[in-house]
Amino acid sequence: MHVPILKQSDYLIASIQSVLSDVDLLQLRDDLSERVGQYRSRGVIIDVTVLDVIDSFATRTLRAIAHMLRLRGAETVIVGIQPEVAFMMVQLGLMLEGIGTALDLEEGLAYLDRKTKRNLHGAK
Amino acid sequence: MAPNETRVPLTSEADIVTARQKGRSLAVELGFQGADLTLIATAISEVSRNIVEYAQRGEIVLRPANHGNRRGLSIVARDDGPGIPDVAQAMQYGYSSRRGLGVGLPGAKLLMDDFDIVSKVGVGTTITMKKWVRSHAG
Repeated sequence: MHVPILKQSDYLIASIQSVLSDVDLLQLRDDLSERVGQYRSRGVIIDVTVLDVIDSFATRTLRAIAHMLRLRGAETVIVGIQPEVAFMMVQLGLMLEGIGTALDLEEGLAYLDRKTKRNLHGAK
Repeated sequence: MAPNETRVPLTSEADIVTARQKGRSLAVELGFQGADLTLIATAISEVSRNIVEYAQRGEIVLRPANHGNRRGLSIVARDDGPGIPDVAQAMQYGYSSRRGLGVGLPGAKLLMDDFDIVSKVGVGTTITMKKWVRSHAG
């Protein structure tokens, strides 16, 4: 399932719409890396609200995405990790070290505004 | 009436998603709730990926489990792949023979109540794992 990527000023928003296979996740990684260059984006939000499973492969891939995008000059924030998924990740010891996380899209935008020292989204 | 057994053939990474979705819906039918559904789906995801990565093909068999007055879900992950030479090492958290996190099999064991693995080099691997429905006292 293809993940749509929206551009909003300096940021990209990848809004996952349904469960993703491993190949879909790798495709998202490649798409984001390309778009960050194309749009000269400073920040990326990955919305995982609909994911009911974030297993070891997904964790590894999300980490890889965030680190790759940082090398490309953009900050990544993962938003919408569900409480059950957070519980499971803690049980499994799956960590997203060095990656921003936020409750939802709004908090994710605020996080990126702080990280990129900008104020383009009407935050006070 | 108890739901029947479900078999999910695994031949590609896309089947991993099918296996965990079927597992989750059977778990719902069996009375699992909330975080347990996520734990079960994730455990299925980990053992399924192990099959697709190392054995290329295999299957997941999902069926209701009973033990005394406990009810639950039994998940059997079976393949005729190369087998695991050192099961104890493969079950060590953080050990990976490839580029993984080394969380797959030990992770599935952490998430389930019962976990048993039998592997023979050149013959294949069978993992049997169970999760029991929590009794909701009050």
